[in-house]
Amino acid sequence: MKTRMDEYWGKNLRLIAILLGIWAVVGFVFGILLVNPLNNFSLGGFPLGFWFAQQGSIYVFVVLIFVYCYLMNKMDREYDVQE
Amino acid sequence: MSILAWTYIMVFITFGLYLGIAWRCRVQDTKGFYVAGAGVPPLANGLATAADWMSAASFISMAGMISFLGYTGAVYLMGWTGGYVLLALLLAPYLRKFGKFTVPDFVGDRYYSSTARLVALICAIFVSITYVVGQMRGVGIVFSRFLEVDVNTGVFIGMAIVFFYAALGGMKGITWTQVAQYCVLITAFVITAVSLSIKVTGNPIPQLGFGSTIAEGQYAGQYLLTALDNIATDLGFREYTSAFGPGNMNMLSVFCITMALMVGTAGLPHVIIRFYTVPSVKAARISAGYALLFIAILYTTAPAVAAFARYNIIDSLNEQPYAEAPSWFTNWEQTGLVAWVDKNDDGIMQFRAGAPFSGIPRFTGETGEHGQRLVANEPTDNANELYIDRDIIVLANPEIANLPNWVIALVAAGGLAAALSTASGLLIVISSSVSHDLYYRMINRQATEKQRMLVSRIMIGVAVIIAGYFGINPPGFVAQIVAFAFGLAASSFFPVIILGIFSKRMNKEGAIAGMTAGIGFTMFYIIQTRFFGVDPWFLGITAEGIGTVGMVLNFLVAFVVSSMTKAPPQEIQDLVESIRSPRGAGAAVDH
Repeated sequence: MKTRMDEYWGKNLRLIAILLGIWAVVGFVFGILLVNPLNNFSLGGFPLGFWFAQQGSIYVFVVLIFVYCYLMNKMDREYDVQE
Repeated sequence: MSILAWTYIMVFITFGLYLGIAWRCRVQDTKGFYVAGAGVPPLANGLATAADWMSAASFISMAGMISFLGYTGAVYLMGWTGGYVLLALLLAPYLRKFGKFTVPDFVGDRYYSSTARLVALICAIFVSITYVVGQMRGVGIVFSRFLEVDVNTGVFIGMAIVFFYAALGGMKGITWTQVAQYCVLITAFVITAVSLSIKVTGNPIPQLGFGSTIAEGQYAGQYLLTALDNIATDLGFREYTSAFGPGNMNMLSVFCITMALMVGTAGLPHVIIRFYTVPSVKAARISAGYALLFIAILYTTAPAVAAFARYNIIDSLNEQPYAEAPSWFTNWEQTGLVAWVDKNDDGIMQFRAGAPFSGIPRFTGETGEHGQRLVANEPTDNANELYIDRDIIVLANPEIANLPNWVIALVAAGGLAAALSTASGLLIVISSSVSHDLYYRMINRQATEKQRMLVSRIMIGVAVIIAGYFGINPPGFVAQIVAFAFGLAASSFFPVIILGIFSKRMNKEGAIAGMTAGIGFTMFYIIQTRFFGVDPWFLGITAEGIGTVGMVLNFLVAFVVSSMTKAPPQEIQDLVESIRSPRGAGAAVDH
């Protein structure tokens, strides 16, 4: 039988998986694996791949944590496990 | 006022501030000493974590490294920030809920084993000592240039200050001094970056100025990065923004190093321990966000500083007669961190790709016909005549940009703040691991609060002396062993903690086997490639990136061994269950 706690944990894992997916895409895929093709495009004075590697990925990392906090706090209240 | 006078003033004011804070936060009990009474507000914890994390290497060396590496500098930028996403999502909230004092504590309790605790303890101490040694070198560099004292005197002053505020205030004192240290170091870094950005591009925001056009000079109107790429090609360097060019790191290396630094960051004991100091799970999550936000202010500015510095150095030195060299160049020449060899006897400095001579400069003590300090090193046969140590970039920047003397002094104070805040965070890890995990949990379970506090303070003293010793007699292998700290953290702590939280089935056999295999492989590989000159044999991955492979190995071995041995006892499964629910963290029991 699935308890409320299992459901909470399952949703938490799904959220972590999505956010870490974005983390991997901006950092490893855009910043490293696809850097050469992306460098053919430019963002202002930045080659795009270079921008992701040295600037963009860091901005995304910060946003990811705050999004996680917001959604988890909401979920904690929904499942009544908050403090 | 002179740079020296300003530096004394800045250093005196900031150190006075740190000591004053430490005195106000002095503590008497182990909970206050180890985890600041678990009452630090999340914003303050974020500031303290940022200062704790940003060491002399981040403040002093990183922009310089990026300046020389171009695109590849991204391994440090992404590696040292991306780890916080892992920390916030996978570690911080659960470790806070577990709510004990140290990382070995979690490993020992979760895996119901003294062996696991001991392995974790040894790793924590080893990683922390490796790191402290690097900080002490940073203190030495800053003092010798700016206070014009002997390096040894500088290290002694640093040791005394760190000992005072760490021994007196423990984690609580350190937390609040780190908050002050963050403010000092970020102000220093940002003021210089903004001034450089205005000077080069006219844009006051370095993160944007870095992608803007150059304001004046022969490259006016070109995008800074495009100009850097063109100059690089002309002078025989590889393009600044291009990835994996000839002679550069390949994609696999960049990938593995970035991953190892991220996972290593998330596994470093002095970073993890900071999340024990906040009052709740919710606070632990958000304070990881604040920490990364404050770190990102420096980490998104650093690549801009790197590009500006690169441009300024080429612009102000290349093809200039030595007689007209800017004063920052001749000032730094006195420290031995820059040098010029006039290979073609024209009195003009040529900056080209490649090393000007073999090894680091060994000065003969004589000066040449243009007044330059002569070196005894064998010149190389390329056309490059300039030696510039990467560590000077940040410290020399205010002088390069002609900023007022008080800014130069502030940068010196910022460099010291960065080095000392990290050093003090590491000292607490060493002392709490020894006094709590070794002395209290493994040797003397009957120890009173007072005895444990005494052991903690003695351990801080011992650790300060060890760190100071290495600061005064820097082992030649400091640069070599830094890879160890991250490799070990990545291949030992990270998998064992993740599995402890996310797998109820993981048992002590799996964890111990995984840690042993991960660390064993990583250490063996680093020692082979760094000390015995063996070629990197595993897919060409260098010592910096091998922690990634060690981590994967750890996970695999742990899974295989745990599936062949019996499940952990029921109370451990209940413990894992309880860690997953945020409720009740504030009431976590002292033990």
